[in-house]
Amino acid sequence: MTVIVKTVSSWVKVLIFLFGIYIILSGHLTPGGGFAGGVILASSYVLLMLAFGRSFVASNLPGSLASRLDCLGAFLFALIAILGLVCGGTFFVNFLYQEYFPGEPFALVSAGTIPLSNMAIGIKVGASLFLVILTLAAFRAESQQPTEQDLADPGVRGKE
Amino acid sequence: MAYALCFLLFMIGLYCAVVKKNMVKIVLGIVIMEYAVNLFLIMLGYVKGGVAPIIERSQYDGATKAIASEFLNASVDPLPQALVLTSIVISLGSLALMISICIRTYAKYGTFDITEIRRLRG
Amino acid sequence: MALFYILLIFMVIAAIIAVETKDLLSAVICVGAIGFGGSLMFLLLRAPDIAMTQIVVEVLGLVILIRATISRDLTFISGDREFFGTVASVVILFLVFMAGMRICDTLPEFGEPVFAQRPEAASQAYIAKGLNDTGATNIVTSIYLDYRAYDTLGEATVLFTAVIGATAILRSRSRKRLEDPEL
Repeated sequence: MTVIVKTVSSWVKVLIFLFGIYIILSGHLTPGGGFAGGVILASSYVLLMLAFGRSFVASNLPGSLASRLDCLGAFLFALIAILGLVCGGTFFVNFLYQEYFPGEPFALVSAGTIPLSNMAIGIKVGASLFLVILTLAAFRAESQQPTEQDLADPGVRGKE
Repeated sequence: MAYALCFLLFMIGLYCAVVKKNMVKIVLGIVIMEYAVNLFLIMLGYVKGGVAPIIERSQYDGATKAIASEFLNASVDPLPQALVLTSIVISLGSLALMISICIRTYAKYGTFDITEIRRLRG
Repeated sequence: MALFYILLIFMVIAAIIAVETKDLLSAVICVGAIGFGGSLMFLLLRAPDIAMTQIVVEVLGLVILIRATISRDLTFISGDREFFGTVASVVILFLVFMAGMRICDTLPEFGEPVFAQRPEAASQAYIAKGLNDTGATNIVTSIYLDYRAYDTLGEATVLFTAVIGATAILRSRSRKRLEDPEL
């Protein structure tokens, strides 16, 4: 891509990432939440990938780190659910709101475990979607040579 | 009328998935069906002249913990919205899965045409 | 509500073009048009959460679809399957469409949903008690992370499975070759 696209996308990427974090954090007050925010976080890295190419993004946020973030989000969500079982007596109960910290409605820190679950869902959705698109891009980059070989002799690999 | 148009959209997607022989076209048909189903579920909960299921600061009385009746009587159904919210993200994941199957098939056989991929039949 | 019907008809026309056009890239772009029209319709139906999620998911889905279709030759595959199968499936689809039209007549009027007429519906309890039960002012969030959090757990599982499936399908080297460096 040209230098204009690269410069603009490196600035805009930060704003998109910030917007995603805002959407996740205020998901219990305004429209949005973990799903939309996570997809926005992934799309900021996808913009970077479209402008700079796959290797640049893979050095910034490698696939192994993304898969670990994916597992971390799922683990945090399950951990919150199990903490509800331990502290509140029921799986997935909102124990922070009901027993320890009710908070004030319309405040940013309120609603107990809902913002924490939103963060876990956001990390999980963003990391997994980024991983999928990184894998798609990696396959296209690697598959050029074997494709031509297959086209020249299609029967060999088909009968394996 | 609105439900019928939504069902027509679903049938167009089903036609595309059943009749076409291009793999990417079949995927597009499934995506169109997903849109139609999501739209239908949201339309089932719409109230004429309703408001979004988000409580504003002026509609809540902090002292008595009472919610204003204009929200209680006019809010649209929040339950299908919560279900569709998860289904949209799942549809993106399944779209990536289907597209990866298409790309893999293209790399192996050199075509998207499902009638030419005879070797898949075992 | 005229805008609502105009958008719905726009989506149907875009779907017909996406199905019938010969060029795959045009079909993908028409599907994107359906998605953005659907996002506007969600906004008109008072579902801002869904509208926001739909519009960002649509962008990522378009990136995935365009990456699959661009720079591949043979994108001009046209025509349908063999004649008899096509006719049979079109007849069956037409019958299903007529049956669905009959079912559409039995549905309640658009704009007067079932849950508003029944005080014992679960949605009424969510609307009335959502804020005091969970503390979240966004009722949709209070449903999918508190009342029905099992749905979200299942969603996380399905997404995890889809990602693992896509990664396993696209893995370029086979396991045999990874374990045995001599091959």
